Amino acid sequence: MGSLKIENVKKAFGPVEVLKGIDLQVSDGEFVVFVGPSGCGKSTLLRVIAGLEDSTSGRVLIDGADVSVTPPAKRGIAMVFQTYALYPHLTVKNNMALGLKQAGTPAAEIERRIKIASAMLSLEPYLERRPAELSGGQRQRVAIGRAVVREPKLFLFDEPLSNLDAALRVNTRLEIAQLHRRLKATMIYVTHDQVEAMTLADKIVVLNAGRIEQIGSPMELYNSPANEFVAGFIGSPKMNFIDGARLGETAKTIGVRPEHLTVDTKSGAWKGTVVHAEHLGADTNLYLDCEKAGLITVRIFGVYNAEPGATLYTTPDAAKTYRFGADGKVLK
Amino acid sequence: MSTATRSLPRALGAHAILLTYTAIALFPVILVVMNSFKSRAGIFGAPLTPPTPKTFDLIGYTTVFGQGDFFHYFQNSLVVTVASLFFVLLFGAMAAFALSEYRFRGNTMMGLYLALGIMIPIRLGTVAILQLMVATGLVNTLTALILVYTAQGLPLAIFILSEFMKQVSDDLKNAGRIDGLSEYTIFFRLVLPLVRPSMATVAVFTMIPIWNDLWFPLILAPSEQTKTVTLGAQLFLGQFVTNWNAILAALSLAILPVLILYVIFSRQLIRGITSGAVK
Ligand SMILES: Nc1ncnc2c1ncn2[C@@H]1O[C@H](COP(=O)(O)OP(=O)(O)O)[C@@H](O)[C@H]1O
Ligand SMILES: [Mg+2]
Repeated sequence: MGSLKIENVKKAFGPVEVLKGIDLQVSDGEFVVFVGPSGCGKSTLLRVIAGLEDSTSGRVLIDGADVSVTPPAKRGIAMVFQTYALYPHLTVKNNMALGLKQAGTPAAEIERRIKIASAMLSLEPYLERRPAELSGGQRQRVAIGRAVVREPKLFLFDEPLSNLDAALRVNTRLEIAQLHRRLKATMIYVTHDQVEAMTLADKIVVLNAGRIEQIGSPMELYNSPANEFVAGFIGSPKMNFIDGARLGETAKTIGVRPEHLTVDTKSGAWKGTVVHAEHLGADTNLYLDCEKAGLITVRIFGVYNAEPGATLYTTPDAAKTYRFGADGKVLK
Repeated sequence: MSTATRSLPRALGAHAILLTYTAIALFPVILVVMNSFKSRAGIFGAPLTPPTPKTFDLIGYTTVFGQGDFFHYFQNSLVVTVASLFFVLLFGAMAAFALSEYRFRGNTMMGLYLALGIMIPIRLGTVAILQLMVATGLVNTLTALILVYTAQGLPLAIFILSEFMKQVSDDLKNAGRIDGLSEYTIFFRLVLPLVRPSMATVAVFTMIPIWNDLWFPLILAPSEQTKTVTLGAQLFLGQFVTNWNAILAALSLAILPVLILYVIFSRQLIRGITSGAVK
């Protein structure tokens, strides 16, 4: 009930190839996040799955059935959009009911599902309001409710939190995670924010320029990135990349995460000057200009006092240092 | 209105300029309406003065209502304008939706072809249109006028509306598709209400030239049965004598329906503008 298989899907807009052969398997009940920089084709892939866009070639299978020629409404999917996309002329209740009415669901059944969904998303007080009378967070919950009442095989989310402010984003993220746990439905979630990806996903699909760079659980991607792109994209602050030649290494590039560096005032592998320090309370980010390694970010847990201009030594954790070849792939 | 940014002299200056402009724009209209209530001697003796008890005369109106079938002419004008407006808005919006929403071969060329109509006046094709109407037996019917005016209004309507339709959220249309709405429902229920202010703009731009047109009624439908108001008014415009009272009265009357239509649409316009600003 709700598996998805994508076979060599390609999509071109005129001469521009946006998806360059995507293969992917999502099993029932999984929460999969597509993550990648803006413009890499995440939304396009999601729209191909939804049937809002035809793929140029390749197949999409939902529950084993090829849906390439099935219209969106018949694919058993529901979608939540970044801009909420609520029907401005309908009340919250009718916004949720419309899809079911179109599908010919009996009125009593519609009523029952709306009741459950609105209780789940605390939307009961707003059922008779129009979208214009709701705040951004409430609108997005209505959009999620509209997806929930359809009881789809597959939930599709396209950057649903991007238009919300930071505090609301964390709350709604939590709500989506709980929703997944309660409904045990298959969900595909698109975001450009790697924090959202790491916090929500069972499985992350990292996309770049129309290709899948790597598929794996959040910890797999963090601990063993397949290439330089994934290593740089997952983790915050970003991994430090140092030219291998400068360190006298055979690898083209050496990568080390800010949290895998230690600092010392007396001795260490790389000597550098503090350029800037960010004090976040729980941790401190230091930007060091090192003689050997160039500009390096170091993340220290807790408070660390360092004045700009001070000299510090930093040492990478050898066990957590990554080596990348000329093609960007990780060297074992 | 905040006092910090608005000084009194500035407000006065702005109002003076706007009032002068209004006066200039309204002057011919006022002149027409004023003189329509005067006797012939009054019109020629003192054209710029309002009617006095001495010059006041309803002869123009009595002539208009007495002679010819002016009520019928009005009806013709109204039918032609409203029907053309309806078709221009309907087909214009549909074509604009197709051009802005769907990717198909020749989409850009089609858009350019339709925009060409804005640059080439339809009157250049009068001879061919007349031949066409003769061949189809539509001469001296209101249908002929409605067809021609619909064609005349479409290019600008499509041009303006497709720009506005491009701004309607893709997500909203896609949400409709996922909920199983047909493309027609998406167009009529989701997209059209959102572009209503621009529809009103197009309506105003389309309506006025149609109502005022003399050319096509004269050529395609000059019969008594199908005369429009502007053509009907020509009745009083003789080669040797011109019945100015009647002409001015007919013109004054002709202003009314456009004014009413304009008021209807302009309310939409203003609502559209303010709702966008406040939201
Ligand atoms: N309808 C379209 N026509 C032409 N190009 C498009 C269209 N939709 C998307 N693209 C292009 O495809 C690329 C990927 O877009 P998208 O899937 O929206 O990226 P993402 O969601 O990852 O930010 C972009 O370069 C975009 O310009
Ligand atoms: Mg996107």
